[in-house]
Amino acid sequence: MSDAQAPGASSRAPVALPDIFFTFLLIGATSFGGGVVAYLRNGLVVSKQWFDEEEFLSLLEISQALPGLNATNMAVVAGDRLRGPAGAAAAFAGITLPGSLLVFVLGVLYAANHSNPEVNGVLHGVAAASVGLLAAVTLQVGHRQFEHLRDIAIIAAVIIMVSVLHLPLPLVLLIVAPIAIFLYRPHPERPLAPDRSGHDNKPAD
Amino acid sequence: MNDTNWTVLGVFSLLSVLAVGGGTAVLPEMKALTVTSHQWLTDDQFRNIYGLGQIAPGPNMLMVIVIGYHVAGLPGAALAFAGFFGPASVLAFAASRVWNRFEGSPWRLSVQRGLAPLAVGLMAAGTIAIARTAITGPATIALAAAVFGILYFTRTNPALLILAGGVAGLFLPH
Repeated sequence: MSDAQAPGASSRAPVALPDIFFTFLLIGATSFGGGVVAYLRNGLVVSKQWFDEEEFLSLLEISQALPGLNATNMAVVAGDRLRGPAGAAAAFAGITLPGSLLVFVLGVLYAANHSNPEVNGVLHGVAAASVGLLAAVTLQVGHRQFEHLRDIAIIAAVIIMVSVLHLPLPLVLLIVAPIAIFLYRPHPERPLAPDRSGHDNKPAD
Repeated sequence: MNDTNWTVLGVFSLLSVLAVGGGTAVLPEMKALTVTSHQWLTDDQFRNIYGLGQIAPGPNMLMVIVIGYHVAGLPGAALAFAGFFGPASVLAFAASRVWNRFEGSPWRLSVQRGLAPLAVGLMAAGTIAIARTAITGPATIALAAAVFGILYFTRTNPALLILAGGVAGLFLPH
């Protein structure tokens, strides 16, 4: 860990920091309506060719296994691979800046108009439409899980704990995570197949 | 920094490291902390601020900026952002550098396979949390069902449907 760049970065020609920043800025400014991961793939694999498909999937795997948003985790991890810590910072700043500024302006406007019935109506409609979006994304991401009894049991247990019993999230994670990992513990005779379902339609967060 | 500022930073830092499975997964806990525990927002305000986050590009959970602003002005906005994105990003940076050392470990796959249904369960719970504030009658049920059907069975840009939801919201009974 003494070298500045992460493993795998040495084989790549260095990418200029402004190039990293503006590439992620463009992704952050155009990724409307969810599916930031699809925009990331388009920008990093197709257009810039900084990563091949296999590398992109491995970045995505890391980002999904860790807490935090897939989009910002991917920016940090990809930026680090491209240009070390400075690259990670440039990518993170780029992907969050446009949305942050717009959300902040909208937030100030909302604070001044929060009792306006039209404003509330529009946001109520957006939230209702989002419920449909979230449900569709959850089913698409989880379609592989819904085929296995073990997975269905874990999903049902989590929903009951959070939505019905209203247990605090740290407690839910402490109970469910060790049990779930134990259920999928390594088996010498039956190695697990990597599950790459849902990689193209993970939520935008 | 006053007490409220510290509380904003603390709440969103906690949510940051709990977000296993992304932003949707942490929505029920965010609602419990900001609406029920600290009473910074009403149910309707939480729903509307979530809607604001959906309108802007980039990660939807940038809505935390608006919650922070609502609670403690400009410093609150900055602290909510730093709290929610800082710890998880630092963790991602550090963990990605050691991740490849576990390349051959069978436990790495066990962790991924075990956490996948946990994340899906949390996303479902997040969907339910938003539904409880946004689904208020037949009109909103129809709106959510229409968006779900179109997205699940066709390849439509979700942004268009979110905008259509906003327009339809103008005609919702209040």
